[in-house]
Amino acid sequence: MEKSPVTMRPPIRRRWREFISMQNMLIVLLVLTLTTSTLIPLITLFSKAFINKEEQFIGLANFIKYFSTPSLAQSLSNTIWISVLSTLIAVSLAFVYAYGISRTGIRGKSYFHYMALLPLFEPTMMHGIALTYLFGNQGIVTNGFFGLLPEFHIQIYGPIGIVISEVLYLFPQAFLIFITALTITDQRLYDAAETLGAGKIKTFFTVTLPSVKYGLISAVFVCFTASFTDFGAPQAIGGNFNVLATDIYKQVIGQQNMSMGATVGILLTIPAIIAFAVDRFVDRKQRSMLSSKSTPYKIPDGRLRDGLYHVFCWVISIAILIPLITTLFASLIKVWPYNLHFSLKHFDFSNVAGSGLEPFYNSLKVSFITAIVGTIVTFVFAYLIEKSRTMKGLRQVGYFLSILPLALPGMVIGLAYIFFFNNPNNPLNWIYGTMIIIVLANITHFYAVPFMTATTALKKLDKEFELVSESMRVPFYKTFLKVTVPMSLPAIVEIAMYFFVNSMVTVSAVVFLRSADFNLAAVSLVNMEDAGDVAAAAAMSTLIVVTNIIVRVIYELILNKVKKRTAAWQTSSQ
Amino acid sequence: MKRSFGSVVTMLSMVFLLAACGGKGANNDVTKADATPTVSTNAEATVDTTSKELTVYTALEDDQIKAYLTTFNAQYPDVKVNIVRDSTGIVTAKLLAEKDNTQADVVWGLAATSLLVLDQDNMLEPYSPKGVERILPDFKDKNDVTHWVGIDAWETAFVVNKTEMEKRNLEVPQSYEDLLKPEYKGLITMPNPSSSGTGFLTVSGLVQLKGKDAAWDYMSKLDANIAMYVHSGSKPAKLAGTGEYPIGISFGYRGIEEKKNGSPVEVVFPKEGSGWDLEANALMKKTVVKQVAKDFLDWAITDDAMKEYNKNYAIISLKTDSTKIPEGYTVDPVKQLIKNDLNDAAKNREGVLAEWDKRFNAKSEPKS
Repeated sequence: MEKSPVTMRPPIRRRWREFISMQNMLIVLLVLTLTTSTLIPLITLFSKAFINKEEQFIGLANFIKYFSTPSLAQSLSNTIWISVLSTLIAVSLAFVYAYGISRTGIRGKSYFHYMALLPLFEPTMMHGIALTYLFGNQGIVTNGFFGLLPEFHIQIYGPIGIVISEVLYLFPQAFLIFITALTITDQRLYDAAETLGAGKIKTFFTVTLPSVKYGLISAVFVCFTASFTDFGAPQAIGGNFNVLATDIYKQVIGQQNMSMGATVGILLTIPAIIAFAVDRFVDRKQRSMLSSKSTPYKIPDGRLRDGLYHVFCWVISIAILIPLITTLFASLIKVWPYNLHFSLKHFDFSNVAGSGLEPFYNSLKVSFITAIVGTIVTFVFAYLIEKSRTMKGLRQVGYFLSILPLALPGMVIGLAYIFFFNNPNNPLNWIYGTMIIIVLANITHFYAVPFMTATTALKKLDKEFELVSESMRVPFYKTFLKVTVPMSLPAIVEIAMYFFVNSMVTVSAVVFLRSADFNLAAVSLVNMEDAGDVAAAAAMSTLIVVTNIIVRVIYELILNKVKKRTAAWQTSSQ
Repeated sequence: MKRSFGSVVTMLSMVFLLAACGGKGANNDVTKADATPTVSTNAEATVDTTSKELTVYTALEDDQIKAYLTTFNAQYPDVKVNIVRDSTGIVTAKLLAEKDNTQADVVWGLAATSLLVLDQDNMLEPYSPKGVERILPDFKDKNDVTHWVGIDAWETAFVVNKTEMEKRNLEVPQSYEDLLKPEYKGLITMPNPSSSGTGFLTVSGLVQLKGKDAAWDYMSKLDANIAMYVHSGSKPAKLAGTGEYPIGISFGYRGIEEKKNGSPVEVVFPKEGSGWDLEANALMKKTVVKQVAKDFLDWAITDDAMKEYNKNYAIISLKTDSTKIPEGYTVDPVKQLIKNDLNDAAKNREGVLAEWDKRFNAKSEPKS
């Protein structure tokens, strides 16, 4: 871990040494990196929407064309109502589920907690694939479990299928917000409500709901944005039901109509920008919720309540598990539904779209590198922005650029990278078509959340460390490596896992960037789906999920060890 | 917010300045890496004889490519072949979009109607591969130095799931006309002609078979029975294979493969005749053409390669005594093909696709 920083030159002892300190140089480098990786590509993309193929400025003509093409305008309204419906369902279910875990006395809480996170490890296309096996024309449920039950027909290809897939996809994201929001509460408020004679229902509406108000807003916007920009589910189960994300894909990959792709990209970003602004606003408000005098919530007795929540949580956790089991089952069946013998032949990917297991290994490689490089970059950047004391303005720019990716759908990042890096005049053009651009796109795409995790972890560390080492003339990087990094290890491991898992399942950014001979596992799912190799797609999904679960288990093991070693300084570890 | 925006603008201008400075260094690196090969100037285009890396764009099926390439790899073990494979429409769109900065060295097994479109855009480098004289005249470009050379033909076929048809008490459709029967409503899938080569040759075949107006009229009626238009020519066959949608408008090879894999399907060649297209090869026009690209094209019509193509396609562009009819095909597959003017098909491609999009792509609700 402790490499000697080779890039360091002996300090220049001049009057302006203060200004050209290594730390300042790093801050400049940081802002430059973020500008090149995020801001300029984005500006390039958005400017493309206003020019035509011959590079002439055409104003809003692309937007007018978009809205006057009935099939395209239809996708916009499709996308909106699908997202609204998915958000409503996912947020309500996740709220009740999180409430059950944090505010009732049900058993098996950690089981329910982990189950809720399971969909995070699954590529969204997998939900679609599982639904075809369950509710498709030859689905298990459709045919009443091989004739044991009455037949059950729904039109799964289209909006119903998309909404179910999206709910699965959104559920863990909303759940994570609610579980945090519901945990931060003050028992004194409930005591006060009781003293004032408020009933249970009244207390819920006057104490509980207002206390999670911001979490609720945040969850609604996060979910809406996520389903608004999701590509996997509509691609897998949408049938002829078009949404914006599949439109971009068709315009860019199918018709190579880049400027129309950019136009749709702008439409796709609008809700994300709004969500971003709201989230920033909410975040500022929520910080002042707890004071040092708050007391933790005490769960009141209630057997009927516990029973009901217990049933609810079981139903949901099983509903989350079913698609995964279905996918596993589908990947092991020889010829669905005519030859139900088990067989591993679908795990031999040499005869289907993509080439053999290579995309899977490529994904492992990319995810691993993304995790390593991404973690280092994120943590160093967060450190420079949080712990430096010079160049305030530049650091604020850095902070803004660091959270900006929150507002960027993956497809928009992918498309922006094509425009920016595929330009022969760009000195960085050589990374186009290599693995580097995929790693870079992944880091940019997922950077904001780990950045905030790192910032939070760094805020917990006392400023004195930096002040003392400065006064003792210890270079900042020594303090960083010997004090800051070891003390923040739990956050660092968490960041690495976040990068890894997301890089394994993501399709949206990299679908445009993968090169000829370098396919990725999650993208190969799209190719297999397109070619109709659904069983092989199920097999590949299984591999992805299993890998992610293994990584998660390793993460928990490391975390336990690290916590034992490093938590000694934190007198109250949670 | 306002202040940070101001700083962002400042930063931007800084970055542009730096990028301008950095440009030179990076460009030098590229030149060093790329321009070393000895370059001989014997033809109009420069021929690079040292490069051992080849980028091939193809629409051949994934499961075929590996088998095909075995003999090439044996013959040229030091050449690294990068395959870019996608549906016909997508490969075509990609090639057209990259016109100014062509990435592909060679196009291998792409629909001839697509290659003709590229040729009209002057994107192909004329090259007669070794042994081109053995290729049947109808299966290659008419110019003395050929612009493209066909390797095999593929044709529309219906892939029908017999089990599902029996369950529903329905006859297996034998002709295009049969597909209009109301009892097949919601059972048929068909590939979208803008992304799929099979989709295009089917639509284009119908236009040539019935005449323009009658063909569009027919397709509008057919549309009422179609459950879903899909992305690739393979998918309808596979959907028929699982019985998800029991009738797929697909191509012969895919249906026969499904049958071999154990799905209860029957491959039907429509009574009226099948639309068809050639899978063909061409050299891309670039400032520097690689010698290995020419070697590849030579290899791609050798007996070794043709033998492999013949395993999958009944009709190959080489007429020899040993041409076998693969199992599953009707006895004389050539008779199944309609009279089809590929040049016309290529010329009308854009118009046909636009018309199709206008008529059928706009429907966005799935049918139940």
